[in-house]
Amino acid sequence: MSAAPQKAKAGAEKIDVVVSAVVPINELVTRFEFQRPDGAPFPPFSAGAHTVVEMKDKGRTRLNPYSLMSDPADAGTYAISVRRDDQGRGGSLYLHRHVKPGDRLTITYPVNLFPVDLRGRKHVFLAGGIGITPFLAMIAQLETLGARWELHYSVRNEALGTYADQLTARHPGKVHVYYDDRKQAIPLGDLLDGQPLGTHVYVCGPKGMIDWVHRTAADHGWPDAHVHSEEFLAPQPGKPFEVRLCKSDMTILVGENESLLEAMERCGVEAPFLCRGGACGQCETDVVEHDGTFIHRDHWLEEDQQASGTKIMPCVSRFVGKALVLDR
Amino acid sequence: MSKFQFPQSIASRPVYGTLAPRPGKAHLMMADAEGAEALLDLAAQAGARDSGLMAKAHILYLPRQTGEAFVDRLRALNPAQFYVGPSFDAALPRLRRVLSDAHMGLQVYLAGTEGLIGRAAAELAAAGIPVGSVQTEHRGSVARRMQCVHCKGITEDVITDPFVCAHCGLNLFVRDHYSRRLAAFQGVCIDAEDPGNVPEPVELYR
Ligand code: FES
Repeated sequence: MSAAPQKAKAGAEKIDVVVSAVVPINELVTRFEFQRPDGAPFPPFSAGAHTVVEMKDKGRTRLNPYSLMSDPADAGTYAISVRRDDQGRGGSLYLHRHVKPGDRLTITYPVNLFPVDLRGRKHVFLAGGIGITPFLAMIAQLETLGARWELHYSVRNEALGTYADQLTARHPGKVHVYYDDRKQAIPLGDLLDGQPLGTHVYVCGPKGMIDWVHRTAADHGWPDAHVHSEEFLAPQPGKPFEVRLCKSDMTILVGENESLLEAMERCGVEAPFLCRGGACGQCETDVVEHDGTFIHRDHWLEEDQQASGTKIMPCVSRFVGKALVLDR
Repeated sequence: MSKFQFPQSIASRPVYGTLAPRPGKAHLMMADAEGAEALLDLAAQAGARDSGLMAKAHILYLPRQTGEAFVDRLRALNPAQFYVGPSFDAALPRLRRVLSDAHMGLQVYLAGTEGLIGRAAAELAAAGIPVGSVQTEHRGSVARRMQCVHCKGITEDVITDPFVCAHCGLNLFVRDHYSRRLAAFQGVCIDAEDPGNVPEPVELYR
Protein backbone atom coordinates (compact mmCIF):
# COMPACT_ATOMS: atom_id res chain seq x y z
CA MET A 1 0.00 0.00 0.00
CA SER A 2 1.41 3.36 -0.89
CA ALA A 3 0.66 6.51 1.06
CA ALA A 4 -1.72 8.66 -0.93
CA PRO A 5 -0.59 12.25 -1.14
CA GLN A 6 -2.67 14.24 1.32
CA LYS A 7 -4.38 17.32 0.08
CA ALA A 8 -3.68 20.15 2.46
CA LYS A 9 -7.00 21.11 3.97
CA ALA A 10 -8.02 24.53 5.17
CA GLY A 11 -8.16 24.06 8.95
CA ALA A 12 -9.32 21.08 10.97
CA GLU A 13 -12.78 19.50 10.64
CA LYS A 14 -15.56 21.70 11.96
CA ILE A 15 -18.21 21.18 14.66
CA ASP A 16 -21.47 23.10 15.07
CA VAL A 17 -22.09 24.16 18.66
CA VAL A 18 -24.67 25.95 20.78
CA VAL A 19 -23.47 28.41 23.40
CA SER A 20 -24.74 26.81 26.60
CA ALA A 21 -23.42 29.37 29.08
CA VAL A 22 -21.71 32.76 29.18
CA VAL A 23 -20.11 33.33 32.59
CA PRO A 24 -18.31 36.57 33.44
CA ILE A 25 -15.29 35.74 35.62
CA ASN A 26 -14.02 39.26 36.22
CA GLU A 27 -13.85 42.65 34.60
CA LEU A 28 -11.89 41.36 31.60
CA VAL A 29 -12.46 37.62 31.34
CA THR A 30 -15.58 35.69 30.38
CA ARG A 31 -16.08 31.96 30.04
CA PHE A 32 -18.03 30.58 27.09
CA GLU A 33 -19.37 27.03 27.28
CA PHE A 34 -20.42 25.04 24.25
CA GLN A 35 -22.54 21.95 23.68
CA ARG A 36 -23.57 20.15 20.51
CA PRO A 37 -27.05 21.01 19.23
CA ASP A 38 -28.07 17.33 19.29
CA GLY A 39 -26.57 16.80 22.74
CA ALA A 40 -24.05 14.32 21.31
CA PRO A 41 -20.63 14.02 22.99
CA PHE A 42 -17.75 16.09 21.65
CA PRO A 43 -14.67 14.40 20.22
CA PRO A 44 -12.22 13.64 23.02
CA PHE A 45 -9.28 16.01 23.41
CA SER A 46 -6.07 16.03 25.41
CA ALA A 47 -5.25 18.87 27.77
CA GLY A 48 -3.40 21.74 26.10
CA ALA A 49 -5.48 21.55 22.91
CA HIS A 50 -7.04 24.60 21.31
CA THR A 51 -10.02 25.15 19.05
CA VAL A 52 -10.54 27.85 16.44
CA VAL A 53 -13.83 29.72 16.92
CA GLU A 54 -15.50 31.05 13.79
CA MET A 55 -17.40 34.31 14.17
CA LYS A 56 -19.55 35.99 11.53
CA ASP A 57 -19.08 39.65 12.30
CA LYS A 58 -20.99 41.85 9.86
CA GLY A 59 -19.96 40.02 6.71
CA ARG A 60 -16.44 39.46 7.99
CA THR A 61 -15.38 36.01 9.19
CA ARG A 62 -13.20 36.04 12.26
CA LEU A 63 -11.29 32.91 13.23
CA ASN A 64 -9.62 33.03 16.63
CA PRO A 65 -7.80 30.20 18.44
CA TYR A 66 -8.55 29.60 22.13
CA SER A 67 -7.24 26.93 24.50
CA LEU A 68 -9.84 24.50 25.74
CA MET A 69 -9.97 24.91 29.50
CA SER A 70 -12.64 22.36 30.35
CA ASP A 71 -11.97 18.94 31.88
CA PRO A 72 -10.95 16.57 29.07
CA ALA A 73 -12.96 13.86 30.85
CA ASP A 74 -16.17 15.80 30.24
CA ALA A 75 -17.29 15.04 26.68
CA GLY A 76 -20.53 16.98 27.04
CA THR A 77 -19.06 20.47 27.20
CA TYR A 78 -16.16 22.40 25.74
CA ALA A 79 -15.25 25.66 27.47
CA ILE A 80 -12.95 28.56 26.64
CA SER A 81 -12.13 31.66 28.66
CA VAL A 82 -11.61 34.83 26.70
CA ARG A 83 -9.88 37.98 27.82
CA ARG A 84 -11.37 41.11 26.34
CA ASP A 85 -8.71 42.92 24.33
CA ASP A 86 -9.90 46.47 23.68
CA GLN A 87 -6.89 47.19 21.48
CA GLY A 88 -7.10 43.87 19.65
CA ARG A 89 -8.45 43.05 16.24
CA GLY A 90 -11.98 42.57 17.48
CA GLY A 91 -12.48 38.81 17.93
CA SER A 92 -12.53 38.93 21.71
CA LEU A 93 -14.70 42.06 21.68
CA TYR A 94 -17.15 40.32 19.38
CA LEU A 95 -17.42 37.34 21.74
CA HIS A 96 -17.83 39.58 24.79
CA ARG A 97 -20.39 41.89 23.22
CA HIS A 98 -22.47 39.76 20.93
CA VAL A 99 -22.38 36.11 21.90
CA LYS A 100 -25.23 34.98 24.16
CA PRO A 101 -26.48 31.65 25.48
CA GLY A 102 -28.43 29.84 22.77
CA ASP A 103 -26.35 31.27 19.90
CA ARG A 104 -25.01 28.92 17.24
CA LEU A 105 -21.29 28.96 16.42
CA THR A 106 -18.86 26.84 14.46
CA ILE A 107 -15.58 25.70 16.00
CA THR A 108 -12.84 23.38 14.74
CA TYR A 109 -11.90 19.97 16.09
CA PRO A 110 -9.34 20.43 18.86
CA VAL A 111 -5.68 20.42 17.84
CA ASN A 112 -2.99 20.01 20.48
CA LEU A 113 0.27 21.90 20.05
CA PHE A 114 0.93 22.05 23.80
CA PRO A 115 0.45 18.55 25.20
CA VAL A 116 1.51 17.32 28.63
CA ASP A 117 4.54 15.02 28.32
CA LEU A 118 3.15 12.09 30.26
CA ARG A 119 6.61 10.56 30.64
CA GLY A 120 7.31 13.38 33.10
CA ARG A 121 7.74 12.50 36.79
CA LYS A 122 6.32 15.84 37.77
CA HIS A 123 4.80 18.81 35.94
CA VAL A 124 5.39 22.45 36.86
CA PHE A 125 3.02 24.96 35.29
CA LEU A 126 3.97 28.62 34.93
CA ALA A 127 1.08 30.88 33.94
CA GLY A 128 0.93 34.58 33.28
CA GLY A 129 -2.53 36.19 33.19
CA ILE A 130 -4.94 34.59 30.71
CA GLY A 131 -2.18 32.05 29.99
CA ILE A 132 -3.86 30.07 32.80
CA THR A 133 -6.45 28.52 30.43
CA PRO A 134 -4.59 25.46 29.06
CA PHE A 135 -3.42 24.65 32.59
CA LEU A 136 -6.98 24.35 33.85
CA ALA A 137 -7.46 21.42 31.46
CA MET A 138 -4.00 20.00 32.27
CA ILE A 139 -4.67 20.13 36.00
CA ALA A 140 -7.97 18.30 35.51
CA GLN A 141 -6.24 15.64 33.40
CA LEU A 142 -3.35 15.14 35.84
CA GLU A 143 -5.69 15.00 38.84
CA THR A 144 -7.57 12.17 37.09
CA LEU A 145 -4.28 10.37 36.49
CA GLY A 146 -3.01 11.06 40.00
CA ALA A 147 0.18 12.65 38.61
CA ARG A 148 2.35 15.18 40.46
CA TRP A 149 2.00 18.83 39.50
CA GLU A 150 2.25 22.35 40.84
CA LEU A 151 1.15 25.71 39.48
CA HIS A 152 2.88 29.08 39.74
CA TYR A 153 0.51 31.76 38.55
CA SER A 154 1.38 35.38 38.08
CA VAL A 155 -1.53 37.88 37.95
CA ARG A 156 -1.83 41.65 37.90
CA ASN A 157 -3.93 41.96 41.04
CA GLU A 158 -6.51 40.09 43.04
CA ALA A 159 -9.46 41.35 41.01
CA LEU A 160 -7.91 40.08 37.78
CA GLY A 161 -6.70 36.75 39.15
CA THR A 162 -8.78 34.64 36.79
CA TYR A 163 -9.73 31.36 38.58
CA ALA A 164 -7.00 32.01 41.17
CA ASP A 165 -9.33 31.70 44.17
CA GLN A 166 -11.04 28.62 42.85
CA LEU A 167 -7.70 26.90 42.12
CA THR A 168 -6.23 27.81 45.49
CA ALA A 169 -9.32 26.56 47.33
CA ARG A 170 -9.40 23.29 45.40
CA HIS A 171 -5.67 22.50 45.46
CA PRO A 172 -4.11 24.15 48.51
CA GLY A 173 -0.37 23.57 48.58
CA LYS A 174 -0.11 22.99 44.85
CA VAL A 175 -1.19 26.42 43.64
CA HIS A 176 0.98 29.49 44.21
CA VAL A 177 -0.30 32.90 43.10
CA TYR A 178 1.93 35.97 42.69
CA TYR A 179 0.46 39.48 42.53
CA ASP A 180 2.19 42.16 40.44
CA ASP A 181 0.66 44.96 42.51
CA ARG A 182 2.27 43.49 45.64
CA LYS A 183 5.61 43.28 43.83
CA GLN A 184 5.57 39.51 43.91
CA ALA A 185 7.27 37.48 41.19
CA ILE A 186 7.67 33.78 40.42
CA PRO A 187 11.01 32.74 42.03
CA LEU A 188 12.00 30.96 38.85
CA GLY A 189 15.65 30.13 39.57
CA ASP A 190 14.99 28.55 42.97
CA LEU A 191 11.97 26.78 41.60
CA LEU A 192 13.91 25.15 38.78
CA ASP A 193 16.80 24.02 40.96
CA GLY A 194 14.84 22.02 43.49
CA GLN A 195 12.87 19.85 41.05
CA PRO A 196 13.26 16.08 40.97
CA LEU A 197 14.82 14.43 37.94
CA GLY A 198 12.30 13.96 35.13
CA THR A 199 10.32 17.13 35.90
CA HIS A 200 8.81 19.05 32.97
CA VAL A 201 7.99 22.74 33.01
CA TYR A 202 5.27 24.39 30.93
CA VAL A 203 4.83 28.10 30.37
CA CYS A 204 1.95 30.04 28.86
CA GLY A 205 1.80 33.81 29.07
CA PRO A 206 3.28 36.94 27.49
CA LYS A 207 6.28 36.61 25.17
CA GLY A 208 8.67 38.14 27.70
CA MET A 209 7.72 35.52 30.27
CA ILE A 210 8.14 32.65 27.81
CA ASP A 211 11.60 33.84 26.75
CA TRP A 212 12.60 34.33 30.39
CA VAL A 213 11.63 30.76 31.26
CA HIS A 214 13.46 29.22 28.28
CA ARG A 215 16.58 31.25 28.97
CA THR A 216 16.66 30.64 32.71
CA ALA A 217 15.97 26.91 32.34
CA ALA A 218 18.84 26.53 29.85
CA ASP A 219 21.17 28.42 32.22
CA HIS A 220 20.17 26.09 35.02
CA GLY A 221 21.01 23.01 32.99
CA TRP A 222 17.49 21.96 31.95
CA PRO A 223 17.29 20.07 28.65
CA ASP A 224 15.16 21.77 26.00
CA ALA A 225 12.88 18.75 25.78
CA HIS A 226 11.71 19.46 29.35
CA VAL A 227 10.62 23.04 28.73
CA HIS A 228 7.30 23.50 26.91
CA SER A 229 5.65 26.72 25.88
CA GLU A 230 2.74 27.99 23.90
CA GLU A 231 2.25 31.45 22.55
CA PHE A 232 -0.35 32.27 19.95
CA LEU A 233 0.54 35.42 18.12
CA ALA A 234 -2.24 37.64 16.91
CA PRO A 235 -1.60 38.92 13.39
CA GLN A 236 -0.40 42.52 13.44
CA PRO A 237 -1.75 45.25 11.19
CA GLY A 238 0.60 46.69 8.59
CA LYS A 239 0.83 48.42 5.26
CA PRO A 240 -1.43 46.90 2.60
CA PHE A 241 0.45 44.80 0.03
CA GLU A 242 -0.31 42.96 -3.18
CA VAL A 243 0.27 39.24 -3.68
CA ARG A 244 0.16 37.12 -6.79
CA LEU A 245 -1.15 33.60 -6.08
CA CYS A 246 0.05 31.56 -9.01
CA LYS A 247 -1.82 28.26 -8.45
CA SER A 248 -5.12 30.09 -7.90
CA ASP A 249 -4.22 32.43 -10.75
CA MET A 250 -5.23 35.65 -9.06
CA THR A 251 -3.75 38.77 -7.56
CA ILE A 252 -5.09 39.87 -4.20
CA LEU A 253 -4.62 42.86 -1.95
CA VAL A 254 -3.90 42.25 1.75
CA GLY A 255 -5.54 45.05 3.72
CA GLU A 256 -4.05 46.93 6.62
CA ASN A 257 -6.10 45.12 9.26
CA GLU A 258 -6.13 41.59 7.93
CA SER A 259 -3.51 38.90 7.68
CA LEU A 260 -2.32 37.37 4.42
CA LEU A 261 -4.18 34.19 5.38
CA GLU A 262 -7.39 36.12 6.01
CA ALA A 263 -7.05 37.94 2.69
CA MET A 264 -6.67 34.65 0.84
CA GLU A 265 -9.76 33.27 2.60
CA ARG A 266 -11.72 36.42 1.79
CA CYS A 267 -10.90 35.85 -1.88
CA GLY A 268 -12.06 32.24 -1.72
CA VAL A 269 -8.65 30.59 -1.73
CA GLU A 270 -8.50 27.35 0.29
CA ALA A 271 -5.37 27.94 2.34
CA PRO A 272 -4.33 25.45 5.02
CA PHE A 273 -4.11 26.45 8.70
CA LEU A 274 -4.49 25.00 12.17
CA CYS A 275 -3.40 27.49 14.83
CA ARG A 276 -3.56 30.85 13.02
CA GLY A 277 -0.88 32.00 15.44
CA GLY A 278 2.47 31.16 13.86
CA ALA A 279 3.00 28.02 15.93
CA CYS A 280 1.84 24.91 14.08
CA GLY A 281 3.51 25.11 10.68
CA GLN A 282 0.42 24.11 8.75
CA CYS A 283 0.12 27.30 6.70
CA GLU A 284 3.74 27.26 5.43
CA THR A 285 3.77 28.55 1.87
CA ASP A 286 6.52 28.60 -0.77
CA VAL A 287 7.61 31.91 -2.21
CA VAL A 288 8.05 31.78 -5.98
CA GLU A 289 9.43 35.27 -6.46
CA HIS A 290 9.80 38.43 -4.44
CA ASP A 291 11.16 41.91 -4.61
CA GLY A 292 10.98 43.44 -1.18
CA THR A 293 11.27 42.55 2.50
CA PHE A 294 9.45 39.93 4.57
CA ILE A 295 8.16 40.71 8.03
CA HIS A 296 8.41 37.23 9.54
CA ARG A 297 6.64 36.94 12.87
CA ASP A 298 6.12 33.19 13.24
CA HIS A 299 7.69 30.71 15.68
CA TRP A 300 7.82 28.01 13.02
CA LEU A 301 10.49 28.74 10.42
CA GLU A 302 14.14 28.48 11.38
CA GLU A 303 16.07 31.73 11.26
CA ASP A 304 17.93 30.73 8.11
CA GLN A 305 14.63 29.78 6.43
CA GLN A 306 13.22 33.18 7.30
CA ALA A 307 16.32 34.87 5.94
CA SER A 308 16.28 32.81 2.73
CA GLY A 309 13.08 34.46 1.47
CA THR A 310 11.72 31.17 0.17
CA LYS A 311 8.95 30.58 2.70
CA ILE A 312 6.27 32.56 4.50
CA MET A 313 3.69 31.78 7.19
CA PRO A 314 0.60 33.68 6.00
CA CYS A 315 -1.23 33.52 9.35
CA VAL A 316 1.06 36.09 11.01
CA SER A 317 3.73 37.30 8.56
CA ARG A 318 3.60 40.18 6.12
CA PHE A 319 5.56 41.67 3.23
CA VAL A 320 6.67 45.14 2.21
CA GLY A 321 7.89 45.80 -1.30
CA LYS A 322 7.20 45.74 -5.01
CA ALA A 323 6.19 42.17 -5.80
CA LEU A 324 5.43 38.91 -4.07
CA VAL A 325 4.46 35.69 -5.84
CA LEU A 326 3.33 32.69 -3.78
CA ASP A 327 2.88 29.05 -4.72
CA ARG A 328 -0.77 28.88 -3.63
CA MET B 1 42.62 7.65 17.13
CA SER B 2 39.74 6.02 18.97
CA LYS B 3 37.00 7.79 16.97
CA PHE B 4 35.01 5.90 14.37
CA GLN B 5 32.55 7.38 11.90
CA PHE B 6 29.61 4.99 11.59
CA PRO B 7 28.13 4.82 8.10
CA GLN B 8 24.56 6.09 7.55
CA SER B 9 21.97 3.50 8.43
CA ILE B 10 18.32 2.98 9.35
CA ALA B 11 16.60 5.40 11.76
CA SER B 12 16.67 2.83 14.56
CA ARG B 13 20.47 2.84 14.72
CA PRO B 14 21.74 5.24 17.43
CA VAL B 15 23.99 8.10 16.36
CA TYR B 16 26.55 9.79 18.56
CA GLY B 17 27.94 13.30 18.83
CA THR B 18 30.87 15.04 20.45
CA LEU B 19 30.71 15.97 24.12
CA ALA B 20 30.60 19.68 24.87
CA PRO B 21 30.36 21.43 28.23
CA ARG B 22 26.87 22.69 29.07
CA PRO B 23 25.65 24.73 32.01
CA GLY B 24 24.42 22.56 34.86
CA LYS B 25 24.05 22.29 38.62
CA ALA B 26 25.85 18.93 38.60
CA HIS B 27 27.60 16.87 35.93
CA LEU B 28 27.45 13.10 35.67
CA MET B 29 30.06 11.55 33.36
CA MET B 30 30.18 7.88 32.57
CA ALA B 31 32.71 6.26 30.27
CA ASP B 32 34.35 2.95 29.49
CA ALA B 33 37.78 2.17 28.00
CA GLU B 34 38.80 4.79 25.39
CA GLY B 35 35.71 6.82 26.34
CA ALA B 36 38.12 8.35 28.87
CA GLU B 37 39.67 10.32 26.00
CA ALA B 38 36.34 11.98 25.31
CA LEU B 39 36.11 13.05 28.96
CA LEU B 40 39.68 14.40 28.83
CA ASP B 41 38.77 16.39 25.70
CA LEU B 42 35.61 17.63 27.40
CA ALA B 43 37.59 18.84 30.41
CA ALA B 44 40.08 20.57 28.11
CA GLN B 45 37.26 22.35 26.27
CA ALA B 46 35.68 23.43 29.55
CA GLY B 47 39.04 24.39 31.01
CA ALA B 48 39.26 27.76 29.36
CA ARG B 49 35.63 28.79 29.88
CA ASP B 50 34.23 26.88 32.80
CA SER B 51 36.73 25.83 35.43
CA GLY B 52 33.80 24.86 37.67
CA LEU B 53 32.75 21.92 35.50
CA MET B 54 35.00 19.33 37.16
CA ALA B 55 34.32 20.73 40.62
CA LYS B 56 30.70 19.64 40.15
CA ALA B 57 31.46 16.43 38.26
CA HIS B 58 30.96 12.81 39.24
CA ILE B 59 32.91 10.43 37.00
CA LEU B 60 32.05 6.73 36.75
CA TYR B 61 34.78 4.99 34.78
CA LEU B 62 35.11 1.39 33.60
CA PRO B 63 38.65 0.89 32.18
CA ARG B 64 37.99 -2.64 30.84
CA GLN B 65 40.88 -3.75 28.60
CA THR B 66 42.65 -0.37 28.85
CA GLY B 67 43.61 -1.13 32.45
CA GLU B 68 45.44 1.75 34.08
CA ALA B 69 46.06 3.66 30.84
CA PHE B 70 43.66 6.53 31.55
CA VAL B 71 42.88 6.26 35.27
CA ASP B 72 45.51 8.67 36.56
CA ARG B 73 44.80 11.26 33.91
CA LEU B 74 41.09 11.20 34.76
CA ARG B 75 41.86 11.45 38.47
CA ALA B 76 44.08 14.46 37.72
CA LEU B 77 41.03 16.33 36.40
CA ASN B 78 40.00 16.57 40.06
CA PRO B 79 36.36 15.63 39.71
CA ALA B 80 34.25 16.07 42.85
CA GLN B 81 33.75 12.27 42.87
CA PHE B 82 35.64 9.58 40.99
CA TYR B 83 34.68 5.91 40.78
CA VAL B 84 36.59 3.20 38.92
CA GLY B 85 34.82 -0.11 38.48
CA PRO B 86 35.30 -3.45 36.75
CA SER B 87 32.02 -3.60 34.77
CA PHE B 88 28.75 -1.85 34.05
CA ASP B 89 26.87 -4.23 36.34
CA ALA B 90 29.28 -3.45 39.16
CA ALA B 91 28.76 0.30 38.64
CA LEU B 92 24.98 0.05 38.28
CA PRO B 93 23.99 0.38 41.97
CA ARG B 94 26.12 3.51 42.17
CA LEU B 95 24.61 4.95 38.99
CA ARG B 96 21.10 4.32 40.29
CA ARG B 97 21.96 5.90 43.62
CA VAL B 98 23.29 9.03 41.89
CA LEU B 99 20.12 9.29 39.81
CA SER B 100 17.77 8.80 42.72
CA ASP B 101 19.46 11.68 44.57
CA ALA B 102 19.70 13.97 41.53
CA HIS B 103 17.62 17.01 40.65
CA MET B 104 16.85 18.79 37.42
CA GLY B 105 19.90 20.71 36.28
CA LEU B 106 21.97 17.51 36.13
CA GLN B 107 23.96 17.29 32.88
CA VAL B 108 24.86 13.83 31.69
CA TYR B 109 27.80 12.88 29.45
CA LEU B 110 28.28 9.31 28.17
CA ALA B 111 31.35 8.16 26.24
CA GLY B 112 32.87 4.92 25.05
CA THR B 113 31.41 1.78 23.52
CA GLU B 114 27.87 1.42 22.26
CA GLY B 115 27.12 -1.10 25.00
CA LEU B 116 28.06 1.35 27.77
CA ILE B 117 26.28 4.30 26.17
CA GLY B 118 23.13 2.28 25.48
CA ARG B 119 22.87 0.69 28.91
CA ALA B 120 23.49 3.98 30.71
CA ALA B 121 20.98 5.77 28.44
CA ALA B 122 18.34 3.14 29.26
CA GLU B 123 18.92 3.71 33.00
CA LEU B 124 18.66 7.47 32.49
CA ALA B 125 15.43 7.14 30.51
CA ALA B 126 13.99 5.04 33.34
CA ALA B 127 14.96 7.84 35.73
CA GLY B 128 13.15 10.46 33.63
CA ILE B 129 15.90 11.80 31.35
CA PRO B 130 14.99 11.12 27.72
CA VAL B 131 17.58 9.96 25.22
CA GLY B 132 17.68 13.27 23.36
CA SER B 133 18.67 15.18 26.49
CA VAL B 134 21.88 13.24 27.10
CA GLN B 135 25.16 13.91 25.29
CA THR B 136 26.98 10.89 23.92
CA GLU B 137 30.27 10.28 22.14
CA HIS B 138 31.41 6.96 20.72
CA ARG B 139 35.04 6.01 21.35
CA GLY B 140 36.94 2.77 21.16
CA SER B 141 35.67 -0.62 20.07
CA VAL B 142 32.81 -0.93 17.57
CA ALA B 143 31.77 -4.21 19.22
CA ARG B 144 28.05 -4.50 19.81
CA ARG B 145 25.74 -5.71 22.52
CA MET B 146 23.39 -8.11 20.69
CA GLN B 147 20.08 -9.67 21.61
CA CYS B 148 19.17 -13.00 20.04
CA VAL B 149 15.58 -12.49 18.85
CA HIS B 150 14.97 -16.24 19.22
CA CYS B 151 16.11 -17.06 22.77
CA LYS B 152 16.28 -13.40 23.99
CA GLY B 153 19.75 -13.97 25.41
CA ILE B 154 22.23 -11.08 25.31
CA THR B 155 25.71 -11.56 23.88
CA GLU B 156 28.13 -8.77 24.77
CA ASP B 157 30.99 -7.40 22.68
CA VAL B 158 30.07 -9.03 19.38
CA ILE B 159 32.69 -8.15 16.80
CA THR B 160 31.84 -10.40 13.83
CA ASP B 161 28.85 -10.88 11.55
CA PRO B 162 27.44 -13.48 11.67
CA PHE B 163 28.18 -14.70 15.20
CA VAL B 164 27.07 -17.56 17.41
CA CYS B 165 24.53 -16.77 20.15
CA ALA B 166 26.23 -17.35 23.50
CA HIS B 167 22.98 -18.75 24.89
CA CYS B 168 21.23 -20.92 22.30
CA GLY B 169 24.02 -21.46 19.77
CA LEU B 170 22.12 -20.24 16.70
CA ASN B 171 24.07 -18.49 13.93
CA LEU B 172 22.93 -14.87 14.07
CA PHE B 173 23.04 -12.10 11.52
CA VAL B 174 23.92 -8.65 12.99
CA ARG B 175 21.20 -6.11 12.28
CA ASP B 176 21.20 -2.31 12.73
CA HIS B 177 17.72 -2.64 14.27
CA TYR B 178 18.22 -1.39 17.83
CA SER B 179 16.20 -1.58 21.05
CA ARG B 180 16.68 1.36 23.38
CA ARG B 181 14.91 -0.44 26.19
CA LEU B 182 17.29 -3.40 25.98
CA ALA B 183 20.25 -1.29 24.82
CA ALA B 184 20.96 -4.00 22.25
CA PHE B 185 20.96 -4.64 18.52
CA GLN B 186 18.89 -7.49 17.19
CA GLY B 187 20.50 -10.73 15.99
CA VAL B 188 18.46 -12.92 13.63
CA CYS B 189 19.10 -16.55 12.62
CA ILE B 190 20.94 -16.49 9.32
CA ASP B 191 20.56 -20.16 8.29
CA ALA B 192 16.95 -20.89 9.25
CA GLU B 193 15.92 -21.83 5.70
CA ASP B 194 19.03 -23.78 4.90
CA PRO B 195 20.59 -25.00 8.16
CA GLY B 196 24.36 -25.05 8.05
CA ASN B 197 24.65 -22.61 5.17
CA VAL B 198 26.44 -19.89 7.17
CA PRO B 199 28.61 -17.26 5.48
CA GLU B 200 32.16 -16.84 6.70
CA PRO B 201 32.10 -14.37 9.68
CA VAL B 202 33.64 -10.98 8.89
CA GLU B 203 34.75 -8.36 11.36
CA LEU B 204 32.21 -5.51 11.76
CA TYR B 205 33.00 -2.41 9.72
CA ARG B 206 36.06 -4.00 8.09
S1 FES C 1 -1.64 28.41 10.86
FE1 FES C 1 -0.29 27.63 12.32
S2 FES C 1 1.58 28.57 11.73
FE2 FES C 1 0.16 29.51 10.43
